[in-house]
Amino acid sequence: MITKAEQINEKIAWQDLTTGCEIYEPGTSRLTKTGEWRVRTPEWIEEKCKQCLLCAPFCPDSSIPVKEGRRGEFDYEHCKGCGICIKACPFNAIAWKES
Amino acid sequence: MSIRERMSGNEAIATAMRQINPDVFAMFPITPSTEIPQYFAQYVADGKVDTEFICVESEHSSLSACLGAEAAGARAITATSSAGLSYMNEVLYVAGSLRLPVVLAVACRALTGPININHDYSDSLAARDSGFIQLYAENNQEVYDNYLMAHRIAEHPSVRLPLMVCEDGFITSHAIENIELEEDEKVKAFVGEYRPEHYLLKEENPLAVGPYGVSGYYMEARVAQAEAMKNAKSVILEVAADFEKTFGRSYGFFESYRMEDAEIAMVIMGSSAGTAKACVDQLRSEGVKAGLVKLRVFRPFPGEELAAVLQNCKAVAIMDKSEGFSAMGGPLFAETAGACLNLEHHPRMIDIVYGLGGRDFTVEAARSVYDRLAGIAAGGELGPVYTHMGQRER
Repeated sequence: MITKAEQINEKIAWQDLTTGCEIYEPGTSRLTKTGEWRVRTPEWIEEKCKQCLLCAPFCPDSSIPVKEGRRGEFDYEHCKGCGICIKACPFNAIAWKES
Repeated sequence: MSIRERMSGNEAIATAMRQINPDVFAMFPITPSTEIPQYFAQYVADGKVDTEFICVESEHSSLSACLGAEAAGARAITATSSAGLSYMNEVLYVAGSLRLPVVLAVACRALTGPININHDYSDSLAARDSGFIQLYAENNQEVYDNYLMAHRIAEHPSVRLPLMVCEDGFITSHAIENIELEEDEKVKAFVGEYRPEHYLLKEENPLAVGPYGVSGYYMEARVAQAEAMKNAKSVILEVAADFEKTFGRSYGFFESYRMEDAEIAMVIMGSSAGTAKACVDQLRSEGVKAGLVKLRVFRPFPGEELAAVLQNCKAVAIMDKSEGFSAMGGPLFAETAGACLNLEHHPRMIDIVYGLGGRDFTVEAARSVYDRLAGIAAGGELGPVYTHMGQRER
């Protein structure tokens, strides 16, 4: 049985799955790249951004990283393109990327 | 020393629950299982158990509450019947796939309609593919004994599956019979404490339960669950062997009654077996080689073992106390016939659907089945394979 979440993938045998597919550690959603579900992609326009940080707490997938009081580039491995950050931004500093 | 008592099947189950003193009982009442939480509520009020007794708003919720409790590391139980079991249906599958060993007492009752509160196996056998282990009983003693064995089977690390302890609604659940109870301390020692390796409240080892698993994982998860159900077979026998050593009563996958040299036999479940045994005794006294197999374990289905007992018979009747609407027989027939498929010589088999919604089953009725089997065994016509018995007809 494989008990480390990072070793669980679509190549392992049924005998290696945990009982009931339980996961024995916290914070493992980082390992699951859900960004591929995204249909549309938000873009951060840094020159318009006032670093008010309203966008970050609105993001339902914690995909706007904040370090030392400033937001950085989107975590596109987990952003699902819901667009809530675009609505939340008072400065039009986030917009849909042209497809 | 066993204690001579007399009580109903519901009280016998409630007594076993009191002796086991589980961590959580999430209850919602429905006839004929209602007395089980009713008795248990009295034990809670009298301070005889320290169980968290939760009155929830539905059966969907009672089993859901049990799953939450089990995932947290608690031993959790509930009870239901009929429409209540149907309402739990979605959660039954969750219990099986999460591999949470909840023990569910079922006082088996017909499903609507017409609306009916009496006994048949429409409810529990409709839930046969949900991933629950299912134990059936002929009388209150067997219900009590099955309950004492239930947690050890369900919680065994190689199994970890939920389990239904089934009794016949009203017939077993409400009829008062003699019973041998075991002493509280001996029951506690036999059942033991529940100590799961992983659980949500284990601080040093955080746990996630019930992750998403689509096409990349679902097949593997289902195979693992199917293997656990196969593992349950040996665990059921191990626990039964220890039960016999401890308390002296013997159990297997089924009871073979006068099957040694039987030429004609019935496969039957539950309280009707007692009636049919009386018929077998009559027939034996007349020199007819009749026998009976009373199935105790429906899930996992003991196919090989059942086939081995039936293989030397000439004709066998499968007695189905639920109508599966397959147009070719009830669920017990389908499983038993499937089990015998690869025997070199298998008996001729017929299915009799009987006793639906509490319709009486009598020694005379059993006799008519054995008479038909005797005709088939003597080389007569097989006749229709799938018939109903006990209904009024023009």
